[in-house]
Amino acid sequence: MVAKVGALDKSGMEYLVSLPRKVVTVYIPLAIFLFVLLFPFYWMTLTSFKTNEELYDFKHYNPFWLTHPTLANFHKLFFETDFGGWLWNTIFVSVVATFLSLFASVLAAYAIERLRFSGSRYVGMAIFLAYLVPPSILFIPLALMVFKLGAFDSLWSLILTYPTILVPFCTWLLMGYFKSIPYEIEECALIDGASRFQILWKIILPLAVPGLISAGIFAFTLSWNEFIYALTFISSSENKTISVGVITELVEGDVYHWGSLMAGALVGSLPVAILYSFFVEHYVSSMTGAIKE
Amino acid sequence: MTVESRAAAIELPAFYRWLDRLMHSRNLLGLIFMLPASALLLIFLTYPLGLGVWLGMTDATIGDTGRFIGIDNYISLAHDSVFWLVVFNTLLYTVVASVFKFGLGLWLALILNEHIPFKAFIRAIVLLPFIVPTVLSAVAFWWIYDSQFSIISWALVRLGIITQYIDFLGSPDLARMSVIIANIWRGIPFVAITLLAGLQTIPPTLYEAATLDGATPWQRFWHVTLPMLTPIIAVVMTFSVLFTFTDFQLIYTLTRGGPLNATHLMATLSFQRAITGGHLGEGAAIAVAMIPFLLAAILFSYFGLQRRRWQHGGGD
Repeated sequence: MVAKVGALDKSGMEYLVSLPRKVVTVYIPLAIFLFVLLFPFYWMTLTSFKTNEELYDFKHYNPFWLTHPTLANFHKLFFETDFGGWLWNTIFVSVVATFLSLFASVLAAYAIERLRFSGSRYVGMAIFLAYLVPPSILFIPLALMVFKLGAFDSLWSLILTYPTILVPFCTWLLMGYFKSIPYEIEECALIDGASRFQILWKIILPLAVPGLISAGIFAFTLSWNEFIYALTFISSSENKTISVGVITELVEGDVYHWGSLMAGALVGSLPVAILYSFFVEHYVSSMTGAIKE
Repeated sequence: MTVESRAAAIELPAFYRWLDRLMHSRNLLGLIFMLPASALLLIFLTYPLGLGVWLGMTDATIGDTGRFIGIDNYISLAHDSVFWLVVFNTLLYTVVASVFKFGLGLWLALILNEHIPFKAFIRAIVLLPFIVPTVLSAVAFWWIYDSQFSIISWALVRLGIITQYIDFLGSPDLARMSVIIANIWRGIPFVAITLLAGLQTIPPTLYEAATLDGATPWQRFWHVTLPMLTPIIAVVMTFSVLFTFTDFQLIYTLTRGGPLNATHLMATLSFQRAITGGHLGEGAAIAVAMIPFLLAAILFSYFGLQRRRWQHGGGD
């Protein structure tokens, strides 16, 4: 409602700005921004469909366009490297870590926001601080722990460590969602004799589905993009994730197979890009909503 | 009814009442509900944080737990010219990238806040650099920065601006600039979209009042937009600085710290010494050395910007 009024008012003041002026102050800068922000993706896509001969010969072929598109790079990627395995590993780790984190976060967020146990404010604060601890500080001691636990070079090392990145964010986001659900609903259920577990499962969660989706997408994207833990804890090729595999395995000595490198980057980026394109509004609003908290 | 069964009839509700009270006790339930999250965070976040500090005071290597050597690692780092170069690189990288991310991000947010066609679509695609895995977009930049087949060099040569291909990642200063540009590219969307959300919460009546009072667009920006936006700027920039300072992926993909350590950051140096070189203790010490900088950045942006929010009586 507020946004709608704002939009109306904005178009109300629009007559103060002339079109030529708007072209200079808005459209031209916007076009430059879009070009710069999107060009690497265009270039990545183009390169992945190029033949080697076209790739390295700028004299006979215009590098900005494709003359002989080929799937050879993708063929090489899927049939001559472990890429398929990396893709599966990344999906598996991301999905399991996401569900594990959502489970822990829902309970934690409900406890902090709704049960209001003594000290819940400080716990909420501690969770926020946990979000500020970067993986670059933790990977060395974690590598040691993973090794001692015998999880080295196993996907479990990633499934257990990714939630440290995901849980603080998801909890924080869900706390914001739970806050927006009226207390009265919960009180009614309590009077009717529902237990806290029932309230959470049957009343709060169905109402918080949008929040769960955003938290889930965010967690999935974060796990998909994670790099330093996967690079440190995994050593054998068949257990690698996409980011690590592309960087470490597709480069043979000094020979870069740019075509298949770009194809790998493209295929590795597509799942998150597609997933997020379906939920972009959720995503944007929850990201900004969580930050406004 | 026998005596025994009556006793049970009285006893049982009492037990249930006790159980019932227990199940409605906020503190006990809170403890149960907090268990999974706190177990994960305590074991895999708090404990390794402490373990890292401890490791930084040992001479542990891969395969050897090492022994306590006090602050020897830090003393040797203090005499290590590479370490100080890396600290300088990290500060330069963070400051330059954050300033540009903020400036360009705010500009993009202001543009997106205007009345433009396909607004929702444009807003969605602008976020792409932020969504896509950093390593994978860095691979694209690697190819764009290639010394022989760089598309930028090709275009500039064709336009007649330069005659020789630029070796973007070959010389120290150029390499620093190139990685910073790649980092800015990735960071702009996050800043822009978040600030855009902040911009949309500013009541239009404020702009109308300012316009009626004869404020120029610049004055409206300086005296209305910026003060109203300060709280959200504080949060966004804290995160941005934090993630830029601890960046690892981009450097590891593009340069691995080269040429001549010119693009090495503290995180990449820590990885190189600890994992590649096997000196866990020394690597951990470098990682721990990041913490004071991070705390300073958090406190600075938090308190520095928080006070202004209060001064201007901005939104809460």
